[in-house]
Amino acid sequence: MFGYYFDLAWRSLKRNKVLTALMVLAIGLGIGASMTMITVLHVMTADPLPDKSARLFYPQIDPQDMEGYTPGKEPMDQFSWIDAMNLLHARKGSHQVAMTGGRVTVRPPQGESRAFFADARYTSSDFFSMFDVPFLYGGGWTADDDDRQARVAVISRTLADKLFGADHAVGQSLRLGKDVFRVIGVVDHWDPVPHFYDLTQGSYHKTEDVFLPLETAMALGQGTSGNMSCWGHGGFPDPRNMKNANCVWMQFWVQLDTPAQVQAYREFLVHYSEQQKMLGRFQRPPNTRLHDLMGWLDYNHVVPGSVQLQALLALGFMLVCLVNTVALLLVKFLRRSSELGVRRAMGASKQSIFAQLLTEASLIGIAGGIAGLLLAFGGLWIVRHQPVEYAPYAHLDMAMLGATLVLALCATVLAAMFPAWRACRVQPARVLKIQ
Amino acid sequence: MHPIISALKHHKTVVILVVLEIALTCAIVSNGIFIIGNHLATMRMQTGVADNELVWAESSGIGDASTSASQASRAAADLAALRGMPGVKSAVITNSLPLSSTGSWGTCIARKAGGADAESVCTVVIYAGTAGVVNTLGIRLSQGRDFLPQEYQDYDPFQGERAPPPSVIITRSLAQKMWPGEDPLGKPIFLGDKNSGVTHVVGVTDHLLNPSINKQSGADLNMLLPVTLATGNMYVLRTQPGVRDATLRNLPKVLDGVDEQRIITENHSYSDTVSDYFHDDRALIWLLLVVIGSLLALTALGVIGLSSFWVQQRTHQIGIRRAIGATRGDILRYFQTENFLIVSAGIVLGLGLAVVLNLLLMKQYELPRLPLTYLPIAAIVLWLLGQLAVLGPALRAAAVPPVVATRSV
Repeated sequence: MFGYYFDLAWRSLKRNKVLTALMVLAIGLGIGASMTMITVLHVMTADPLPDKSARLFYPQIDPQDMEGYTPGKEPMDQFSWIDAMNLLHARKGSHQVAMTGGRVTVRPPQGESRAFFADARYTSSDFFSMFDVPFLYGGGWTADDDDRQARVAVISRTLADKLFGADHAVGQSLRLGKDVFRVIGVVDHWDPVPHFYDLTQGSYHKTEDVFLPLETAMALGQGTSGNMSCWGHGGFPDPRNMKNANCVWMQFWVQLDTPAQVQAYREFLVHYSEQQKMLGRFQRPPNTRLHDLMGWLDYNHVVPGSVQLQALLALGFMLVCLVNTVALLLVKFLRRSSELGVRRAMGASKQSIFAQLLTEASLIGIAGGIAGLLLAFGGLWIVRHQPVEYAPYAHLDMAMLGATLVLALCATVLAAMFPAWRACRVQPARVLKIQ
Repeated sequence: MHPIISALKHHKTVVILVVLEIALTCAIVSNGIFIIGNHLATMRMQTGVADNELVWAESSGIGDASTSASQASRAAADLAALRGMPGVKSAVITNSLPLSSTGSWGTCIARKAGGADAESVCTVVIYAGTAGVVNTLGIRLSQGRDFLPQEYQDYDPFQGERAPPPSVIITRSLAQKMWPGEDPLGKPIFLGDKNSGVTHVVGVTDHLLNPSINKQSGADLNMLLPVTLATGNMYVLRTQPGVRDATLRNLPKVLDGVDEQRIITENHSYSDTVSDYFHDDRALIWLLLVVIGSLLALTALGVIGLSSFWVQQRTHQIGIRRAIGATRGDILRYFQTENFLIVSAGIVLGLGLAVVLNLLLMKQYELPRLPLTYLPIAAIVLWLLGQLAVLGPALRAAAVPPVVATRSV
């Protein structure tokens, strides 16, 4: 039966090539535009650590003085050195990490090639285990290395390739500015999207090339980078004395494996704030938050407004395309009233007419889906060539590819429902009489 | 008119669908045109500097000199080398440039010493430049004078205790905000830690954009201070028109000649910087143009498809009308009027939708309110489009000979 409907549909579509092409084009345009934008949104709202994100939390506390205090306002979203160290050494989570971004001057071992800047991350030791960082060779450092201010470094595969060849980077000396570090690990390709652990660098920042123990980097005065907010009247802090400044510039993450741990940590944050207030460091009443990873991304609005606007535009466009398709299908089906009347008079049931018309619509949908897929590939190619941070990630994966075709098919069949229902209501007698 | 409307009543669903399509198109197109207009207005703003003659670079040395004296001598050596390049008219060091998106410093400044919050204006951008900064950048003063040589002083706004230079050049917008309706020349501005430092306005410029245009600081709320050394270390060169690109190419070599250990992080012609700044705006405009174009094309094709269907369906009736005396013009006008009615209904619904869509965009994306002048533009575009689309099918209808009436279909 399906073969017969298919044959009928094919003949009908061939009979009016212009109208058919118009419908395929309309669906293709709508699907292409919306899939391009949905893919970009899909990439930008992806979970960077699907296996672990529910167990990783970002706390917030409110260390500011009473100036400009309004109850209920969100607390600051980074940490001062003292608070980060207090939370780190309290060890209330399964793992915790304090860190900040930086920029280092890499001096290649071959004397003649030029020095260059590389993005760095100064972090405590749990970073690698907490975030499941894949190592190609070697590994991270220990808490002990951190405390001893050991001069060790973990570098990215790209940087290792550039400086030593990735295979024999471990054990080499890495010169950063005036200081020398021993390479103890090479990180394999690792590019979490978004750059969740430090959103102040830009939500879609590339993973850093150099990782140094936090205490070591601070002791040596390696340059930090990223956002800093200060309060009080101390003026801008002296970069060499950041540890005592009334400024927040560090990130802190904690791993909490059970709901009980999460609850305990919430209480701990309040308790910590009260304790600091008693000591006179904090002035405001406790104002704490504890976001899980996805909640933290949401709180920080990592998806730019312009992308949302474009997605909205694409969906509006898709809607017009669908209305257009409904109208054209209606015209196409009604135009064939006499043919359908003859089929009805010959004994075809309403259901079989309906099925036949939907088969025809499905063919259009599939063709439109393929056209849309090609357009989406083109659209994403254009997005990848834009100078925006998220550009390299705009790729169509298999799931989205399947979704495109399914969406096109469903949209078209849905659009065909009403016209097909109208068309199979024809009175055979009336149509035949006019003939 | 009446027979057209009663004829349309027989095709309610199809008519409703077309009206809906036109309404959606109208809503999206009018908001799209509005957004394009907004972005074009931003892109046409004057930077206030000599866009086509400037080249800029940033470099950082390894083991940066820590004392300000040694920094000053290094800066002097760099500037001397840059000024020696062929075709370079002048060179200065600044902290930032309009639309460069880097090195932006915002601060609060006050009308009175130690002033309360009511007396101050916040998120004012500070520009700082070394000797000759006004002429090198090409800033045109509409009032007052340039800085005098002795006014350039060693000043860093981040070290709150140090006194600021004695003079400052401000933009017209800042003057209006500080002293509305008054002559700003000679007025004091208090800044720094607890507003302890004071400087006086010596010049006013009508145009000087901020390093980036945003909601807090607006487009041009800024002031320029004369300094001997600017943190941020942006070398800005004014070149003769023909040699800009050659200067850009040679600049790294010249800076390396002074100190080969340095890392040159930025090196651009200023017009590229401006063009980069507006990249997102251009991309959005193109996207909107493509969407608007496709929507209009789609709507036109939809109208053509429907009209053709109706012409085909009514061939017999058209023949009868022709046979009983209707002229070709009558038939043509019939289809044109029908189309006009449908499009008008779509536009009426569409204008309502456009306002609703704009309210949504205003709430979500902080877009300004849609001015009502944009609505007639969209309406006229759609009317013309409808008439153009119906013309082909209508002509075909007009060509139906009266003899058709005598045939059965």
